[in-house]
Amino acid sequence: MSALARGSASAPAPAPAPAPARRAEGVTFPRVLRSEWIKLRSLRSTTLTLAAGLAAMVGMAVLVALVRNGQWDRMTVAQRQSVSVSYDVHVGGRFLGQLLIGVVGVLVVTGEYATGMIRATLAAVPRRLPVLAAKLTLLCALLLSTTLVASFAAWFAGSGIMSAHWSASLSDAGVLRAVIGQAVVLTATALLGASLGFLLRNTAAAIATLFGIVLVLPVVGQLWSAVAPYLPPNALESFALASVDAPALSPWAGLALFAGFTAVVLAGGIWTLLRKDA
Amino acid sequence: MIDVTDLTKRYGGRLAVDALSFRVEPGRVTGFLGPNGAGKSTTMRMIVGLDAPSGGVARVNGRVYREHRAPLREVGVLLEARALHPGRSARDHLRALAATHGIPARRVERAIDLVGLREVAGKRAGAYSLGMGQRLGIAAALLGDPSTVILDEPVNGLDPEGVLWVRTLLRGLAAEGRTVFLSSHLMSEMALTADHLVVIGRGRLIADLPVEELTRRAARDSVLVRTPDATTLRERLAGPGVAVASGARGELEVSGMTSAQIGAVARDHGLTLHELTPRRATLEEAFMELTRDAVEYEAVAA
Repeated sequence: MSALARGSASAPAPAPAPAPARRAEGVTFPRVLRSEWIKLRSLRSTTLTLAAGLAAMVGMAVLVALVRNGQWDRMTVAQRQSVSVSYDVHVGGRFLGQLLIGVVGVLVVTGEYATGMIRATLAAVPRRLPVLAAKLTLLCALLLSTTLVASFAAWFAGSGIMSAHWSASLSDAGVLRAVIGQAVVLTATALLGASLGFLLRNTAAAIATLFGIVLVLPVVGQLWSAVAPYLPPNALESFALASVDAPALSPWAGLALFAGFTAVVLAGGIWTLLRKDA
Repeated sequence: MIDVTDLTKRYGGRLAVDALSFRVEPGRVTGFLGPNGAGKSTTMRMIVGLDAPSGGVARVNGRVYREHRAPLREVGVLLEARALHPGRSARDHLRALAATHGIPARRVERAIDLVGLREVAGKRAGAYSLGMGQRLGIAAALLGDPSTVILDEPVNGLDPEGVLWVRTLLRGLAAEGRTVFLSSHLMSEMALTADHLVVIGRGRLIADLPVEELTRRAARDSVLVRTPDATTLRERLAGPGVAVASGARGELEVSGMTSAQIGAVARDHGLTLHELTPRRATLEEAFMELTRDAVEYEAVAA
């Protein structure tokens, strides 16, 4: 028996022929996916950040709705008409959740580089690309499902609180897409974060770059309105809005532009992963 | 089996590993020896595909590492720097690695028992001592029951009991017919664990020899002589096959003569001797001698 099977290393014995079950052992994509799932759920840093992001989505929606209710008596008629449930609840409450969930995407990758875990990971999966594919697949599935729940929770909580003064329904034009779109926007942000993680291999650098893109680029857009619709964060935002006014890109065009931008960053991340020493 | 052929690694203008070729055979423990900065870790990282060679090739069990379908079954590796997330428990760390190959959970538990981490397996690895971290690294290396084991400085941070445990474990693995390749900068540790040595310095192969042969080389005797008449004695001792080196004031180190012969020469010329001590070079000295020219960062005498 082998040292492992024997449970002790003191008495040498001849190595056995591998059992048939052993021969089936090898790297496959579902196995790498399972490995990444174990890694993700066994770290407090990622699970807590995700929980905080989801809580922030719902919490901010509730907060914004309460503030609008409180302002009702002091609003002019024009101001009352300008308030949109889907816009205020979702956009007003989004940024904190978007940043936190973007950080989840970054941490899933840079957490491994910062600690040296990446060397164990890549020694187990030396072809490397399955690791990246598994991380992105897992982020997609986990974040899309959880943020979808949080987005609907935020919408119902927010519209419920505001229902005394403003009426809104999921069946209103564009609203359902915008509520689902909110989850897509957050997940897309996390995928950009993970791509930046593969490209930069450093938590601080990747988070700073992600925040720069999400928070600073829109400010650039305010200074230079001609390019504003084409800035990736602005384009992405279209997908979470019930109605979009020109010159902003349509929801699908906006999503496509952001996906293209992320794909370019991801291509750089793939190149770095495959070409650079771990 | 590990086959390294003309392996080269260049960082900018500096050659960290310079056309290195050697073979590590199964069924024995092969020590990878060299001063710090000699290129041992870089070579090991290239063998398991973490660093890409600038030239040459490293094969394990006949194939380049990344070509293996189940690399953990072929090669278990412990790298010098910790390769784990401090926020994850030993059990979760091992389970995540095992999952990539479909290795069942009971083998994870066996690996935990093998390295004696049962009590702390559920605790965050960040709270482990250096020695416990090394044990976890060894558990990860043995997870796939590999036929080749590569360990970079495995006894670093272990207490004497742990050092003995690693030595017994590695000898047992070799006795089972596995290939065991471990690096160290400590000759004394190697002398006790290894059967064969691959010695490198400044990225180049210096020696590839059985430990016994190095022991034989080290047995070259010399005699330490202390005398107030060092200069005169030195002249009188000179002859074919005799080497005399001056040490501190009034000290000579003589090789090629026995202490009895030196004593006779001193008496014949009426010279005073204060000390006449036969010396045997230690393995450590033999290693230093072997690598002297290759020490990258030698201490500069003031």
